[in-house]
Amino acid sequence: MTRPLPPIVHRKDLTFWQKLYIPEIVRGLKITITQMFRPKFTRQYPEERWVPGAAFRGRPVLVEESGVERCVACGLCSRVCPALAIEVQASESPYWKERYPVKFEINMLRCIFCGFCEEVCPEEAIIMSKEFELTFHSQEDAIFPKEKLLKSKEEMKERLDYLRANR
Amino acid sequence: MATITIDGKQIEVEGRPTVMQVALANGIQIPQFCWHPRLSIAGNCRICLVEIEKMPKLAISCQTTVSDGMVVRTTSEKVINAREAVMEFLLINHPLDCPICDEAGECKLQDYAYQHSAGVSRFEFDKVRKPKRVELGPRVTLDTERCIMCSRCIRFCDEIVKTPQLVFTKRGDHVELTTFPGEKLDNPYSMNTIDLCPVGALTSTDFRFKSRVWEMSSTPTICQGCSRGCNVHMWVRNNQIMRLTPRLNPDVNDYWMCDHGRLNTFKSVNAGDRIHGPMIRKEGQLVEVGWDEAVASLVSNLKSFRGGEIAAIGSAYATNEDNYIFRRLMTHVGVENFGFLSHIDEGRADDFLVTADRTPNSLGANLVAGQQGRAPADAESIIGKIAAGQIKMLYVMDDDLGSVPGFEDVLPKLEILVVHASNHSLTTRNADIVLASSTYAEKNGTMVNVTGRVQRIKPAVATLYDERSLDGFSMSRWDKFGAHNDRWTRGQKFDVKESWRILVGLGNAIGLKWKYANSQEVFAEIVAKIPAFRGLSYASIGRSGAPVRTPSEKPVAAGT
Ligand code: SF4
Ligand code: SF4
Ligand code: SF4
Ligand code: SF4
Repeated sequence: MTRPLPPIVHRKDLTFWQKLYIPEIVRGLKITITQMFRPKFTRQYPEERWVPGAAFRGRPVLVEESGVERCVACGLCSRVCPALAIEVQASESPYWKERYPVKFEINMLRCIFCGFCEEVCPEEAIIMSKEFELTFHSQEDAIFPKEKLLKSKEEMKERLDYLRANR
Repeated sequence: MATITIDGKQIEVEGRPTVMQVALANGIQIPQFCWHPRLSIAGNCRICLVEIEKMPKLAISCQTTVSDGMVVRTTSEKVINAREAVMEFLLINHPLDCPICDEAGECKLQDYAYQHSAGVSRFEFDKVRKPKRVELGPRVTLDTERCIMCSRCIRFCDEIVKTPQLVFTKRGDHVELTTFPGEKLDNPYSMNTIDLCPVGALTSTDFRFKSRVWEMSSTPTICQGCSRGCNVHMWVRNNQIMRLTPRLNPDVNDYWMCDHGRLNTFKSVNAGDRIHGPMIRKEGQLVEVGWDEAVASLVSNLKSFRGGEIAAIGSAYATNEDNYIFRRLMTHVGVENFGFLSHIDEGRADDFLVTADRTPNSLGANLVAGQQGRAPADAESIIGKIAAGQIKMLYVMDDDLGSVPGFEDVLPKLEILVVHASNHSLTTRNADIVLASSTYAEKNGTMVNVTGRVQRIKPAVATLYDERSLDGFSMSRWDKFGAHNDRWTRGQKFDVKESWRILVGLGNAIGLKWKYANSQEVFAEIVAKIPAFRGLSYASIGRSGAPVRTPSEKPVAAGT
C-alpha cells in the first residue's frame, strides 16, 4: 500500500510593506528596545543559585532512618525505571525487614528524573531531592553507589512531607 | 460418555473426570491454589468454586465429577462474587510481604489478586502474626505468615516422596505449618515443595534474596546430576546461573527434580576454578597460550606417537556431538584404546528419579563412540597399559581421572597428558596441554538419558565467543537493553569452546578439511551414521526429547 503524500504547505507571499525591508527592521528594533527597559530575569549563576521547591524532581536519593536505609531491595524501582538506571542487589539483613540492599547503584547518565522510582517504592525509601547540578569526569563516576545516595530522613523532611500531603 | 456444558461450550467427556479437569483440558481457566494435577484432591482453598445448574450451592470444581447433562458456569456473577470473597478471606491475614518475598512475580496469590479480587479489604484489625524465617529443613525456609494452608507441600511429602514430614498444627486462623516433632523437611526431593507452594511461604534457602524472578532469563535444558536427565529451566542473570527449577516432562521427570540436581550441578559453572583459555606446560608450569599454539603443540605430539601408544578417554559428561567427533578423530589417528570412565554409585539410586549413574550421558556416549571401530576399553585396562609403559600419551575429554582410583599413581609414567576441561581438577594439575572446554551451560548438544531418551541441552551462559542477542540465547530485559558501560552487563565470559569445536580445529590442523559449522551439523551426521539415532533431528527432539531406536528398530519405550 502506498502512503498518502503529506499535504503541501503554501508559503504566504510577503506583503508590500514587508518587501520594502526597512519598516520590518524598524519593527524588530522596537521590540529590542522595549525589552531593554523591562525588569531583568537573568540569574547570575553560579554566584546566585536557585533553590527549587519541594515539588521539584532532582536526583533520586535513598532515605536513611536511624542509621540504616529504609530500602528493602525489592527491586521495584529498578523494574519500573524506564531508563534502566537502577541496579539493586539484595541480601539477608538481621533486622525484622529481612532484606537490605548490599548494592544499590544509580547510573546518573541513564536517569531521566522522571520520579517513577519514587512513586513505585513501597517503603518511601527512594525519593527525589532538590539536587540538579551533576557533573562527572568519567562514565564510571556517574554511577552513584549507595553511600553517595543516602540522605537522612531529617534532611529530606520537606520532600517527605510534600509526598505525604499529595498522596 | 457424557455431554456437559461449560460456559455455553458443549463438551463430550469419557469416563468420570472432574469439572476442573474437563475445563482445563478445554482451555477454560479455573483458578486453583490447593489443587495440583499430581496430588490428591484436598478441596480446601475454595477458589475453584463454580455454579452448576440444579445444585443448590456453588460447588468446588476440583472435586465435583461430571455427569451427563451438567451445565457449569465459571464466570457468572455468583462465581465471581464467591472468588472475590475467597480472595478477601485469604488476604485477611496475609502479610502482603511482596517487596521482600522471593515468590513475587511468580506468585499465584499475587496473580489472582489482580485477576479475581475486588482489590479492597474491609478488614480493620491487626493481622495474626506467626513465625518468619523458619528453617524447615536444610534447604527450605518457611514464612509461616504467608502460608495459605493449601496443604500441597504436606501432600507432596506424603504421596509423592512417601516420607511424611510436614503437618498443620493449631486451629482456625492460627493454623501453622510445621514438621513432625524431631523431624526436618530433609527428604531428597524437599525443594519441590518450593515450586508447589502457590505463595512465598516455602522458599529456597540457597536462592533466597539472590535475584528477583523478572531479572533473569530462563533457558530450557537438562539437569546433569544423574542419568535421569530431568528437564529443567536454567535461570541466568548477568551471565551467572542463579537457580534451576524443574520443567514439566511427563515422560522423564514429570513436575519434579531432586535437591542434589537443583543445588549441586550448576555451581561449577560460576566457580572460581574455571579454566580461562588454553594452557601448555612450560618448564613445569602451566602457562596460558593462544588456541593456535595449543593446537599446534597437540598436533606435533599426536604425530610423534604411534596409534598404539595413545589412549583416549571420552566422557559421559559431554554431549553426543563431542563424543562422536572425538571418536572420529581418534580413529583417524589410529588410536586403539578408546574408553570411558564409569561413575556408577549404586548407593545413590532410589525408586523415584535419582539413578546410580552419576553422569548424564553414558548411554549416548557409548552409542555414538562405541559403534565406531573397537569396543570401548575400560579404565583398568588403560591403567594397566600405562603402568606397563605401552601407552605414552593420554588424551582425556571432559572427565577427571581423579574420580577413578589407580590413575593418579600411573600418571607420572605418561609422557604427555592432554585434557579438555572447564574446571581445574587432578587431571589438569598433571596435564601438559589443557584445552579450555565449555560447560554444559555454554553449549548446544544432545544427551541420552537412562531410558534411552535423546534430549537437548541449550546454552544459557555466554562464552567469549557468544553474543546473547545474536546467538539465540534467552534474554532478560537487562540483556536486551544493556550497554557496554552498564555494570550489569559485565558478567564474566570465559575463553572456552565446545569440545567438538576444539576437536574440529585439531582435525583441520592435521588436514582433515572438516566443515562442521555448528553442533546441529554434527548431529545430522550422527543421525546418518548411527542407527540408534535414525530419523531424529534437533527439531524432532524439541523441548521434550525423543526415544532412540533399539537394534530391532523399535523406539525404546519411554518411562520405567
Ligand atoms: S527518576 Fe526515573 S529515570 Fe531516574 S532513576 Fe528514578 S525511575 Fe529511573
Ligand atoms: S523500590 Fe524502594 S524498597 Fe524497593 S528497591 Fe527501590 S528503593 Fe528499595
Ligand atoms: S506470597 Fe505472594 S502475595 Fe504473599 S507476600 Fe509473597 S508475593 Fe506477595
Ligand atoms: S507452605 Fe505453601 S504449599 Fe504448604 S500449605 Fe502453606 S501455602 Fe500450601
